[in-house]
Amino acid sequence: MHLVYPAVLAALLFSVGLYGVLARRNAILVLMSVELMLNAVNLNLVAFDVWLRDTLHAGQALTLFVVTVAAAEIGIGLAIVLLVFRSRGTADVDRLTDLADRTPPGAGDQADTGTAATGRGRAA
Amino acid sequence: MTVTLAALVPLLPFLAAVTGLLTGRLAPGYVRPLAVLPTVTSAALAAVVCARVGTGPAETAATELTPTGSVPVDLALHLDGFATLAAVLVGVVASCVQIYSTGYLRDDPRYPSYAALVSLFTSAMLLVVYSGDLMVLLVGWEIMGICSYFLVGHYWETAPARSASLKAFVVTKLGDVPFLIGVFALAADAGTFRINGILTTAVNGGLEHPTLVGLLLLAGVAGKSAQFPLHTWLPDAMAGPTPVSALIHAATMVAAGVYLVARLLPVFLLSTTVLVVLAVLAAVTMLGSALCALAQDDIKRVLAYSTIGQLGYMTGALAVADRGAATFHLLTHGAFKALLFLGAGVVIHAAGTNSLAVMSTMSDLRDRVPDAFWTMTIGLLALSAIFPFSGFFSKESVLRAAEHAAEGHLDRVPSGVGWTVLVAGLVTALVTAAYATRLWLLAFRGGGPAPAHPPTTPPSPVPTDEAVPDPAHQPAPEPAAMRWTLWLLALPALALGVATGALPDYFDGGTLSPTLTTSVVGSGMALTGVLLTYGAWRSAQARTGAGAPAVTTPQDTDAATAEALAIGTRQTVAAQTVPTPADTPPAPPGAPPGPDGTDPGRLLLGPLHRPAVHGFHLDALYHAVAVRPVLAAARLVRFLDREVVEGYVRGAGLAPRLLGAAVRRAQTGNVQTYLSALLAGAVILAVLAAVGA
Amino acid sequence: MILTAEANGFLSPNGVEIVFLLVGVVTLGAAVITVTTRQLVHAALWLVVALGGLAVEYLLLTAEFIAWVQVLIYVGSVVVLLLFGLMLTRAPIGRSPDADSENRWVALAVALAAAATLVTVVADAFRSTWIDLDRSVQGSPEVTGESLFRHWVLPFEALSVLLLAALVGAITLSRRRGADDAPASPKQER
Repeated sequence: MHLVYPAVLAALLFSVGLYGVLARRNAILVLMSVELMLNAVNLNLVAFDVWLRDTLHAGQALTLFVVTVAAAEIGIGLAIVLLVFRSRGTADVDRLTDLADRTPPGAGDQADTGTAATGRGRAA
Repeated sequence: MTVTLAALVPLLPFLAAVTGLLTGRLAPGYVRPLAVLPTVTSAALAAVVCARVGTGPAETAATELTPTGSVPVDLALHLDGFATLAAVLVGVVASCVQIYSTGYLRDDPRYPSYAALVSLFTSAMLLVVYSGDLMVLLVGWEIMGICSYFLVGHYWETAPARSASLKAFVVTKLGDVPFLIGVFALAADAGTFRINGILTTAVNGGLEHPTLVGLLLLAGVAGKSAQFPLHTWLPDAMAGPTPVSALIHAATMVAAGVYLVARLLPVFLLSTTVLVVLAVLAAVTMLGSALCALAQDDIKRVLAYSTIGQLGYMTGALAVADRGAATFHLLTHGAFKALLFLGAGVVIHAAGTNSLAVMSTMSDLRDRVPDAFWTMTIGLLALSAIFPFSGFFSKESVLRAAEHAAEGHLDRVPSGVGWTVLVAGLVTALVTAAYATRLWLLAFRGGGPAPAHPPTTPPSPVPTDEAVPDPAHQPAPEPAAMRWTLWLLALPALALGVATGALPDYFDGGTLSPTLTTSVVGSGMALTGVLLTYGAWRSAQARTGAGAPAVTTPQDTDAATAEALAIGTRQTVAAQTVPTPADTPPAPPGAPPGPDGTDPGRLLLGPLHRPAVHGFHLDALYHAVAVRPVLAAARLVRFLDREVVEGYVRGAGLAPRLLGAAVRRAQTGNVQTYLSALLAGAVILAVLAAVGA
Repeated sequence: MILTAEANGFLSPNGVEIVFLLVGVVTLGAAVITVTTRQLVHAALWLVVALGGLAVEYLLLTAEFIAWVQVLIYVGSVVVLLLFGLMLTRAPIGRSPDADSENRWVALAVALAAAATLVTVVADAFRSTWIDLDRSVQGSPEVTGESLFRHWVLPFEALSVLLLAALVGAITLSRRRGADDAPASPKQER
């Protein structure tokens, strides 16, 4: 079998997962997309392992590890999403913007006074 | 042994000053002994040194503390007749001032620092006098400058004192800069800062540019000794306490310049130009200041201008190459001017004002301060150079030297210089006698025949809570410390002329005794001045009628307080062209020309009176020539700084701020946006890497 | 080990390749639907299809053990977990119009660029590489177990610690805060 087939499939799957991570609004769907990306990597690992006939089977072992880590990740991720949902009532990633640089009220005149005022405004 | 004693002389007041500054607040009880005792001791030591060195050869001692590069700076003492005598004068006057101050400033809260600064001042002057090294001399010279700044600004609560202290400092520094350059030029030529070495070089003709060096040094001397055109700080320095004026004027600061020229006279003699300049300066200073003195209303300003004039005599004597006469006049002048200032302090204390016009309305001033009256009479007679008093002998020695030069007996000094000094000296003798008489008449012979009516309203200008006078209280007599120092100083003022015969042994050996011609002419001029003034006074009095009603001033306030008040009010007085009756607080009704009408100075000076009051508008000239351009330049610099330089700075700040605003916009808080940017960047980098590879 | 591909051109695929390609297309399609569908639950179900397709691909690559692990863990547990997550966050059943954020066009651009780059590079690099699947089975449970417990024991045990930590972390995170919040939280939950 040509190595190109699994490799290209993995690349395409990865890109699809990438799109999902960047485009989906619901945090759980983002997690699903992450799974897609991880699986694309897994496919690569397996394909190259088979191709190289590695005596240690590092590719397959690593695939198993990735699967495990992905399982752990999905558990923790879901727990976090649930926690966020419980405290905020939403799981939409584009509404979790507390780290945004919000301009404090009256920033128009404070902008002239420089960074000190900005720091104060942010602290307030 | 002598050298050790001599080293102790400046050291003692210095230690006293340091101790006083350190412990003044902690141990107020020790301040007075700490101020007086070291100064008196060093005066006594100076007398001992003077007696030991005396007429013998000069003693020199030097020690090099540390290598100082190409031209060594030695801690050197040079003791000869000039130095030891001047040191005695400094010590005696400083002692008197310290003793006097214990009474004069007895309630001043800043007395500890004041006394310490006076000690430091004394120490610096003694250092200047004894120093055998120009650099060490310069140290003392500059310490005096800063001390004068502090002491003149003693009443820093008042604006005139503040500006006067600044003016004194800046103007003297203006002279000190060329002076420093001159000192360096001297040292560069001579290869040493030692005065002896420099003098040897000068005599051997080793100086490259004697004229330039002499003129540079003259600038410093003019600043320090208040010679035209840098004399303007001295009258303003009257804002300081009276004892400080006495100290600055009689023995220390102003004498330093004259003393320095006396020490370095061979350098000055190398250049005729310098001597001519010196003579012209002396003549202008003498005459101008004497005329100004005749017009002043403030008793201390009269004395200040008279100091400038007497210093003019000294520089005149130096211009005709007679440093013996100059130093002789320095000594007698130190004695009688200190006496006059201290006496004026007592009078101001008693009268509660600085103004002669107001004093002239007081009839009982003479009876209230008899000590001041008698001693000041002696001092004024000495100032006017009337025969048996000390001033006569010293002034005659100056005139004699000038005459000697005028007749062309000196090969170094052109006769024109001699004539200039001689004529100016004679005319000034007349004016000096005139203003001395005026001062005496206005201060002590003022008022009507008798106080017709009971004490009118007290003229206390701005009664502070501390200085509320009690009208019923009898005037308190001055403290003994103030009265006895007057008599102590009156002694040399009266009798220093006796030393005329002995002094040449201390100096260069030339005789100092007066010649018949100059004595007769000089005394005649002085008597003419006295009589003219008396006549003018009589006629002025006759015109104003029986004279203004007398005013008794209740005086229980501290002298220094009264003076501080007087300084505070003088600004308003000085603001007017002439103190009109409205300015003098107790304007008595029914005296149309006012108390000022009895001023003979106005009659004598005629049209010159108005400019003379203002020191011939020299301050205004300086203001127009120097101060205003500087202020304009400062404004320009401020404009450039605010609008141009700061514009760049603001622009430099603005660009990052705009960039920052743009970047802030990217800070949306949306993780996906961040990730998109991150991954897009990663892809681009990967592509670039692939393409680049 | 590399057998040249000249003998095996792209235009004459063998059976395994054809199956691989067909399953690959299905997998890719399912993945695309997963990330684009507007019905959230359907996305999870299409994810099952994609992951299952991947399991088939593993099988075709002779990695049996991985394939079954894939089926067990992903299809069996991860997707179930995700469905639970969707339910617990009260994801709407049916079409939700705002399933995609406004970032989607940027995301599409980035994804396409990434895909283009990766595919170009990969295709360029492995154009003529051939995997010989016939010589021996690479991923039977025996082979995998041997390598895993002979060469990879330590990472394997470390992973078990990781899983334990994840377990504890998940419990801690999803636990209710203290007893005071207890009355308030169920209301929110429901």
